[in-house]
Amino acid sequence: MYTFSSKLKTFSFILMILGILGIGYGFLTAPKNIEEVEKILAADSHGEHHSASNSESIAHGENTHETSHESIEEAESKAVVETKVALDSTKTDSTKVHEEAVVETVSKTAHKELKVVSAEEAQKEHEEHLEHVLHQLQNKPWAAFYVACIFFMLVSLGVLAFYAIQQVAQAGWSPVLFRVMQGITAYLPVGSVIFFVFLILCGLHLNHLFIWLDPEMVAHDKIIQNKAGYLNFPFWIIRAAIFLIGWNLYRYFSRKNCLAQDESNDNSFYKKNFNISAMFLVFFIVTESIMSWDWIMSIDPHWFSTLFGWYVFASFFVSGITTICMVTLYLKSKGYLENVNTSHIHDIAKFMFGISVFWTYLWFSQFMLIWYANIPEEVTYFVTRIEMYNLPFFGAVVMNFVFPILILINTDFKRITWVLVMAGTVILLGHYIDFFNMIMPSSVGDQWFIGVSEISSVLFFLGLFIYVVFSALTKVPLLPKRNPYIEESKHFHY
Amino acid sequence: MSNKVIYAIYNDDDILMDAVKKTRAAHHHIEEVFTPFPVHGLDKAMGIAPTRLAICAFIYGLCGLSFGTWMMNYIMIQDWPQDIGGKPSFSYIDNMPAFVPIMFEETVFFAAHLMVITFYMRSKLWPFKVAENPDVRTTDDHFLMEVAVNNNEKELVSFFEETGAVEVKVIEKH
Repeated sequence: MYTFSSKLKTFSFILMILGILGIGYGFLTAPKNIEEVEKILAADSHGEHHSASNSESIAHGENTHETSHESIEEAESKAVVETKVALDSTKTDSTKVHEEAVVETVSKTAHKELKVVSAEEAQKEHEEHLEHVLHQLQNKPWAAFYVACIFFMLVSLGVLAFYAIQQVAQAGWSPVLFRVMQGITAYLPVGSVIFFVFLILCGLHLNHLFIWLDPEMVAHDKIIQNKAGYLNFPFWIIRAAIFLIGWNLYRYFSRKNCLAQDESNDNSFYKKNFNISAMFLVFFIVTESIMSWDWIMSIDPHWFSTLFGWYVFASFFVSGITTICMVTLYLKSKGYLENVNTSHIHDIAKFMFGISVFWTYLWFSQFMLIWYANIPEEVTYFVTRIEMYNLPFFGAVVMNFVFPILILINTDFKRITWVLVMAGTVILLGHYIDFFNMIMPSSVGDQWFIGVSEISSVLFFLGLFIYVVFSALTKVPLLPKRNPYIEESKHFHY
Repeated sequence: MSNKVIYAIYNDDDILMDAVKKTRAAHHHIEEVFTPFPVHGLDKAMGIAPTRLAICAFIYGLCGLSFGTWMMNYIMIQDWPQDIGGKPSFSYIDNMPAFVPIMFEETVFFAAHLMVITFYMRSKLWPFKVAENPDVRTTDDHFLMEVAVNNNEKELVSFFEETGAVEVKVIEKH
């Protein structure tokens, strides 16, 4: 039996308290009205206004946003300067015959530009812009919470999927790790409840994460209106409930049968587990796909991608396997897993390596197909990410692909604890960034920052995850007794 | 000078493994073991150094990646940067995603083929190579251990007869 060390327990509590404080701070400091946004923007844009305005307006795809920000006087003086420059250049470049005509056209266009940016329109656009930024800044603490919440819940779901696959595949190596996996999936019910409450809060219009939940937004948006048959709150929340209940039921019964198998005289519970695992995997792959559309893709309701479900799956599946590896290494270092040898660790590391490459394959397939065809309605997704999230977007590829492939390709390294802990940390951080990249651009846009809100949300859920998982591990012995493959697993040697 | 070797022949891989361990323990030098199929753990029992073929493959893969990158960069960017369907050909990185399938395939191609060729060369395998089979039964159902004789013929013969060999032969090798 495992005993939860008091140090780790205290550590998890500290994480949770720090997290809650940080999350609260994030919500309290979010701007409440346009005036506050104006102040923030003034402080931010001071100095680097001009250089920023161009790239940002391209990123938004709305070229009036930032330029209208400048006051009229500024625009006027700019236009005058431009005209002068144009005059100078035309004088030196063109022949004297054409000179006058050119000067006339140049000054005419300059006048036209000035008229377009009339005072009222600029004011209106400016306010619209502030409104837009206000929503993004208000979304920030919510989105930060959401990313961490869904990430940790999906990590435990990834472990559950891996566990079910091991059962169905009748793997001979993994039964010694079943209890570790069951311990990690103990987070799933807790995470599901928090997540579900969060979805309901979204439905109560406490935030603007899912813009299709806002009836005012939908009223002006033909594209979302056409999707309303699928993207409407009652249907969405019922789907979410079905998925979460389905996954949790499997987790509950699988664990129950596994414990019952320990005490029984035949293999009936093992066979039962085999059957429900097979059924779960069918249910899982369908619901996982729909889940990814509902909870992640619908944050960009104007965009769609067919392999998105697989992509999300690969991301949390590899995170789940990495988590199994890290928890196993921790328990083993404390001397609780005597039957786990380096060959077991080696096998998990191979999975980490392989699924990391699989994730990259899907990442690249999604990116490259859209980049290559460059269809405007699809490509905006990547344009916003490359323009505004350049470092996280490509950094995720480095952390989730380049780093693991170079580290974990070596057979000897796959058996060294510190190498695996290092690789696992990078993979988990990388996949957090991956979820960050999926969710943030459409909820907070260019106002993103990995600051107090984001870090404390992660800390809170990490603390909760550690507390729940290691509490669950103390409840049952770490070695299944009567699993038909347990002897083979104990002597597994690669 | 005589160049005698002993051929100890076994008909079971477990017995062979035991014999190999005993022979190693008795410090007789095993020249070669012939088996009809891979015997798991035989290399470890014989104390053979681990293969470095995987390291070769990794390096070949890097060569393939470099070759693919160089080739696409030279052809598509340096030599004739044509506008093909609006794909940006100003620099390599601009059009990189389009080259990734080629870079990947080149990496795999180089790694796989050069590793196989390395294996053939290191194992001295080629089409018209004369087979070096000391006993035809070793390709079917017998295992053969070849040990050098150094003026201790009698002792060796009795040693191998005790290890469960079905047949012990002393052969003059040329």
